[in-house]
Amino acid sequence: MAGSNKTNITPPRWLLAELTYACPLQCPYCANPVDYANYQAELDTEDWKRVLTQARKMGAVQLGFSGGEPLTRKDLPELVKHARDLGYYSNLITSGYGLTEEKIVQLKEAGLDHIQVSIQASTQELNDHIAGTTSFEHKKEVAHLVKKHGYPMVLCVVIHRENIHQMPEILAMAEELGADYLELANTQYYGWAHTNRDLLLPTKEQFEQAEQIAQAFKEKVAGKMKIYYVVPDFYEDRPKACMNGWGTTFLTIAPDGVALPCHSARELPGLDCPNVKDYSIDQIWNESKAFNFFRGYEWMKEPCSSCDEKEKDFGGCRCQAYLLTGDMYAADPVCSKSPNHHVIEEAIDSARAGALSDNEKPLIFRNSKNSRLLS
Amino acid sequence: MSINPDQAIKFSPLHRLQWEEAQQKDVILYPEGMVELNQSSAEILKMCDGARKLDQIIADLEQKFATTGLTNDITAFLEVALKNGWIQQN
Ligand code: SF4
Ligand code: SF4
Repeated sequence: MAGSNKTNITPPRWLLAELTYACPLQCPYCANPVDYANYQAELDTEDWKRVLTQARKMGAVQLGFSGGEPLTRKDLPELVKHARDLGYYSNLITSGYGLTEEKIVQLKEAGLDHIQVSIQASTQELNDHIAGTTSFEHKKEVAHLVKKHGYPMVLCVVIHRENIHQMPEILAMAEELGADYLELANTQYYGWAHTNRDLLLPTKEQFEQAEQIAQAFKEKVAGKMKIYYVVPDFYEDRPKACMNGWGTTFLTIAPDGVALPCHSARELPGLDCPNVKDYSIDQIWNESKAFNFFRGYEWMKEPCSSCDEKEKDFGGCRCQAYLLTGDMYAADPVCSKSPNHHVIEEAIDSARAGALSDNEKPLIFRNSKNSRLLS
Repeated sequence: MSINPDQAIKFSPLHRLQWEEAQQKDVILYPEGMVELNQSSAEILKMCDGARKLDQIIADLEQKFATTGLTNDITAFLEVALKNGWIQQN
């Protein structure tokens, strides 16, 4: 298989199994590729079992079942059972849509460790608008059932300009539902969120206010609820240490079997991401061109290559560099040392202008029709 | 938060403690995270079975490792564990 062998490769710890791109919801910030409708093929049960077995053998221990909506896969309980037998800690990342009490019990018996339910907002009206589907009451019901059956309950709310003003109510809702963990995920601008960025990116004032409220709440609930606050990197001056370093920790498998070093990597040109139907996880992780592409520091350009912070942030996110500068080797433009940092400022200004004008264009919802139109 | 000596200590049902062959270590697993344990921390947590109280845990570990004077180290670690939600009392 093409690609160079590098020494000091650490084994994968996290496996993200994107079981399907099918989803009854239409979130306009969805991290799935904008052209997902072009990838209809899905791995079958035996393929997934083989992938789980091989990755576990290498040392992967945290496993996320996601999508799309993973509940649309009929073989989910069977895969969960297989994962449990192998000793994975498995996480179901779901919109809650279609989750019944019977299913919650069945998955528990199969060995599922936790369920992360996403809620779009603190009110029915806004939740259902953003999800593009009536789902609010059912999601709250699911959150109760998840707790009732002894799972740690993780609530995930993606934050953007349409719901950021609800931060106090979102926190109160999490408390009322008895969440053990609350993930406040500021939107990351890839996939559909990139397409809708002018409508989703909050202003700096909104960010700062919301962050203050979230921090104060974090102190208040310390010991009872853990808060994961995913920072909004557009307002930082250093990029995030993307994926903890390329090919060091995370392995994503897309619904069609393509193995990705990060879930947006199929948007990068020339990586030739390998498919689990053709290669073993061991070959993919250690030998493939894609997984070795941005390993280490040799690929870097200035200002990263001589920067004393490169071991901290690895030059930031490759997908963001590519999406915003057209050059996947460039420093992540979030970095204030990047010669392209102005593109971030322009994005912020453009979103602010949209926020202030009264005839904003509508959100583009994530569905197959829009996917075909955009790809 | 501190350990109540009169109550039994149990490992949290919302976490999982397990041996990882690939890492040759015991780890605690929880939603979206993992803590790697050194051997002594792992031995202490394995004693938290919901039946033993603090003094019993200390006595059993001192016996197991044929030593004395572990009270302070064990208590300090269990307080950290309680604060992190890895163990419970009630
Ligand atoms: S973000 Fe929304 S639309 Fe995308 S997969 Fe998740 S629930 Fe479905
Ligand atoms: S120049 Fe590159 S390595 Fe240095 S801080 Fe910025 S992104 Fe990170």
